[in-house]
Amino acid sequence: MTFISRRDLLKAAAIVPFARGFQSGARPPVENLTATEMELLDAIVARLIPTDANGPGATEALAAHYIDHALGTALASSRPAYAAGLAALDRYARSSRGAPFTQLSATDQDSVLIDVETGAASGFTGSAAAFFAMVLSHTHQGTFGDPYYGGNANFVGWDLIAYPGVRTMVTATDQKSLESKALKPNHKSAYEYDFIKDNERGRGPASLGKRDHHGD
Amino acid sequence: MATKLKDTDVVIVGLGAAGGVAALPLAQAGIDVIGLEAGTWLTRKDFAPDELRNNVRGWPQGIQKANQEIPTSRATASSPTVPRGSIHPMQNAVGGTSLHYWAQSWRLNPWDFKVVSETRRRYGPSRIPNGSTVEDWPFGLDELEPYYDKIEYEVGVSGQAGNINGKIDPRGNRFEGPRKRAYPMPPLRGTEFLDKMTMAARSLGWNPFPGPAAINSRSYQNRSACMYHGFCNRGGCHVDAKNSTAVTTIPRAQATGHLKVVPRAHVTTIEVDGNGQVTGVNYLTDGVEYFQPAKVVLVASFTYENVRLLLLSKSKAFPKGLANNHGQVGRHYFSHHQGAGVSALFPFNLNAWYGLPAQGVAVDNWADDNFDHGGLDFIGGGNLWVYSDRRPIGAAGMNTFGRAPNWGSAWKTFIKENADRSNNSYIQKSTLPYEDNYLDLDPEVKDPLGYPVCRVTAEYKENERKIAAFTQDKMEQWYREAGAIAIQRAPLGGAMGISTHAYGGTRMGDNVETNVVNRWGFAHEAPNLGVLGASVMGTSGAHNPTLTAQALAWRTAEHLVKNWKNIKRT
Repeated sequence: MTFISRRDLLKAAAIVPFARGFQSGARPPVENLTATEMELLDAIVARLIPTDANGPGATEALAAHYIDHALGTALASSRPAYAAGLAALDRYARSSRGAPFTQLSATDQDSVLIDVETGAASGFTGSAAAFFAMVLSHTHQGTFGDPYYGGNANFVGWDLIAYPGVRTMVTATDQKSLESKALKPNHKSAYEYDFIKDNERGRGPASLGKRDHHGD
Repeated sequence: MATKLKDTDVVIVGLGAAGGVAALPLAQAGIDVIGLEAGTWLTRKDFAPDELRNNVRGWPQGIQKANQEIPTSRATASSPTVPRGSIHPMQNAVGGTSLHYWAQSWRLNPWDFKVVSETRRRYGPSRIPNGSTVEDWPFGLDELEPYYDKIEYEVGVSGQAGNINGKIDPRGNRFEGPRKRAYPMPPLRGTEFLDKMTMAARSLGWNPFPGPAAINSRSYQNRSACMYHGFCNRGGCHVDAKNSTAVTTIPRAQATGHLKVVPRAHVTTIEVDGNGQVTGVNYLTDGVEYFQPAKVVLVASFTYENVRLLLLSKSKAFPKGLANNHGQVGRHYFSHHQGAGVSALFPFNLNAWYGLPAQGVAVDNWADDNFDHGGLDFIGGGNLWVYSDRRPIGAAGMNTFGRAPNWGSAWKTFIKENADRSNNSYIQKSTLPYEDNYLDLDPEVKDPLGYPVCRVTAEYKENERKIAAFTQDKMEQWYREAGAIAIQRAPLGGAMGISTHAYGGTRMGDNVETNVVNRWGFAHEAPNLGVLGASVMGTSGAHNPTLTAQALAWRTAEHLVKNWKNIKRT
């Protein structure tokens, strides 16, 4: 299982742009959150989709990085909610469990998160439950979305749920292969397909916006 | 001051599913048409198989006028207005929502045109629900059949006929009204799971069949067959196999030289002269105002925008809004009761990652009046639809059927095993109009230009909720027969909110006191104003509205061609 073929190495190299250029193990730079907020968010997503016996989780998917990047683009309107919600969550961890969230045991972290999820946690300006629901949904996006957006690094989210991957054609034979568990997962971003890449260079509304880097 | 443009024969406001169809018979007859569309052209290169962009973020790359004017909604006139979502369910683009809809292309059943008279005949007059303003349509299915046929062939619909000239074919829908000929294409392919559901329905004694879709099951009109890649739900087609008007009727109309498409045209109001005749429309492009004069105006935006545009177009002749001197614009509104679904968990993978929501198996035994309601306390029914549709972010958000929390290691174990093991049914229910369900202009919320947005005041009533409970029982029975190990039912329905299946508001009918447009789709009060789309429909039946809206649009356009001199502005 540890054998890595030349073909796999080439494939790994090919997906680098879609992991936004970061080597395995290296953490991407923080773009929109403060360092403190990022550390806290990393700790939260690590409990939402933990790294465990079932394999990699939100940490390996770089879900927090996805959220941090998106807070400067598509999720910019959620930036104030993150600032307020993360601060409130950490205050609640200190007041109710006696330590910052990142220093609590996994069990205590989970119990804090349950309080936030159920709305039992105090000190939130809006609804604690709404903040939790927002973070969970963005964590799903960063773990199971197209790697183009900076999350789902190395397709760990898709592999977790055995999603066989983005394809542009699924023949009747492919469907039969899937049904007989013989269809190999396709580790490819939608934006690696030529008909989409053509658009990046060329015409159409999608090319009107800025396309300096991936994942806006 | 608006720039006055050169006069034209017909202006169509909105080139979506309905307006995009109506343009073709007009242009083919040599009538000059200008199609004003708020969105732009999108092409196959814009249709990335990208769940995050299409399904989660709602097409941020398109021009979304609609997202700036999402209707407000409340259940009743005395209940609070609920916060609006950030994404309108419909899309602005040439082709409109026919670019990213599911493309289920159903005909209505004969009963849907005659709800009042057929209910009285079969069960007595007391069975029409209290407070309902439902009327028979001014014509029956036989009047619309040639236009259904026209759209099925012009646009391209795949499916299995169930009733050709009265001869029942058990492979299709035995409850459909008679059709003159088969669909132009065979149905979309099945899957192992859909076959299993088909067998289960048969073993219950029901009559399952593949549903109709405006999607190519084989190459058609020089466009590709469907690639089944799994991104059809809220996604455009990368091979033009989904038969939006942008790849079918609109380019054909352009080829005649009589349709001019004007994208990025944001229509604000319709102008009326002293005689109450419509003279043209005002629109904005990049903040510049234009007035486009026309001899006939066809309003063809979505139901909320059709109603809003009429209500915003006030004049001396129409002080309460265009064609609203009888106060009927916005009345008889309802949205299809599509909620109250049933979800099932199976002990095996369904292999639903690919395919599309129009690829599925239907049961119509419990739809409309296809079964005896003699011992029941409601009228109408629901179409049961089981389909293929799954993407990774959506799968991660699946119902855990009370077997796991929504996050953490226990959830991760659950999702690893079950991500491909759940199925959500889609049950469309006959829904009726009621006197206290309506659309009007919101007194407070405005769009960025300062125009009030549409307000929905509507809730599902007892009849719809009873259909929901009844069809949920049938759906659970079907899933259990196929081996489901857990079932979850959604609530039976309360406030309607806003919907992709929005009907009424400019209802069609002979009675001037209760209907906005006549049997041909032209306003009783302003004869050179036509209205296209489901806003003219007075009943929904238990099936998707698009094919009916398109058949009606073709019929209205054909009537205009035949009666041009009588209808056009004098």
